[in-house]
Amino acid sequence: MKTCLVVDDSSVVRKVARRILEDLAFTVREAADGQAALDACDEAMPDGILLDWNMPVMEGLEFLQILRKREGGDVPRVIFCTTNNDFEHITKAIEAGANEYIMKPFDQDILREKLEEVGLLEKAPAT
Amino acid sequence: MISATDYDFFKKFLKLHSGLILSDDKHYLLESRLVPLLRKFELPDFSRLAANLRDNANSVVAQAVIEAMTTNESLFFRDKTPFEVFTTVMLPKLHAARPPSAPLRIWCAAASTGQEPYSLAMTLKENPHLIGTRRVEFLCTDLSNEVLERAASGRYNQFEVQRGLPIQMLMKYFKKVDDMWEITPQLKTGMTFRKLNLLHPFVGLGQFDIVFCRNVLIYFDAPTKTDILNRIAKVTAPDGYLVLGGAETVMGLGEAYRPLPNQRGFYVPNVPAPASMSAAVASR
Ligand SMILES: C[S@@+](CC[C@H](N)C(=O)[O-])C[C@H]1O[C@@H](n2cnc3c(N)ncnc32)[C@H](O)[C@@H]1O
Repeated sequence: MKTCLVVDDSSVVRKVARRILEDLAFTVREAADGQAALDACDEAMPDGILLDWNMPVMEGLEFLQILRKREGGDVPRVIFCTTNNDFEHITKAIEAGANEYIMKPFDQDILREKLEEVGLLEKAPAT
Repeated sequence: MISATDYDFFKKFLKLHSGLILSDDKHYLLESRLVPLLRKFELPDFSRLAANLRDNANSVVAQAVIEAMTTNESLFFRDKTPFEVFTTVMLPKLHAARPPSAPLRIWCAAASTGQEPYSLAMTLKENPHLIGTRRVEFLCTDLSNEVLERAASGRYNQFEVQRGLPIQMLMKYFKKVDDMWEITPQLKTGMTFRKLNLLHPFVGLGQFDIVFCRNVLIYFDAPTKTDILNRIAKVTAPDGYLVLGGAETVMGLGEAYRPLPNQRGFYVPNVPAPASMSAAVASR
């Protein structure tokens, strides 16, 4: 079973994401900020990370920059998931090593397709 | 509530004018799609709407009813495989077979809001080596004016650009305008958007190398599908291609096409043996 770490300071968003991800057969862990996410990665590197941008303690971009420099930190597929939906933010995220980018609000279809896009999910049969 | 008589009328009207097959249990769908039109055209109820269509089947109201009953859902790079086969099989074959000056002609026969032609255009831009400097023309048609206008505008909301479109492609080919994402004008080069009902004759379209006719035949009955396929074959080059939707097939729908070996959803015209050859056989 694939593992996904959901990093978001909103417990509501974490809950929504968890429900969708568990439906897609992921094992889900949660972190409320970038520092907590780094700790979680130290414990066990997840296959995928769903990453909010604006968070207290350590924001998403900084977390990603640190993660990508760590040993094994290049493994997780990272999908940013944020209300920052302008060109500049997306560019920064990709440069920092994000694999995909979701602009909130999102729905189940978008999350599923982005997971497919980064190779964490098998392609669904033809729609 | 729609009366049984009126339901029957709408059913026949839609079959005749758009090909749509409405089964007998779609009252809810019909009502929910038509209610906004009652308001828009200030009609008191469905029977007045039906009466209006009986009087004039070509009115603005009639067109609105037809458009309201279409399903326009589309997404970028839908089903992925067609865009892979486009680059691995179709483009190399056709590029090699055509004289350098001949443009490649692609028809998106149910283009809806444009995700399909733009996905093809992006695919071409990503693979410039496949066709060199050859011109590519896209004819994008649909029954609905409303979706064609949106297609031609190339503007998509945040949800739409997140359906099927990889983030790198979004950054490369779109720019953000207010709350919308607008496709770069470059990708519209060679694209024509035009209203065309697949039930009507295909006159003045010319000949196509590739026809995408995806996720529209599903709404029609078998004779209508067969007729459309036969007529598409007549405007397709003998060495051209037809691409259907993931749930569609030509099986049982006449002889115009046969599947590409090992490729579900892709078809080539069944070309009759050249006249000289059959003559030679006959003279034996
Ligand atoms: C589900 S969309 C398919 C869009 C795109 N080809 C795809 O696969 O994503 C179906 C489209 O077919 C159009 N359509 C329905 N009946 C039609 C007809 N008789 N002639 C032309 N287009 C028609 C609808 O307006 C709608 O935009």
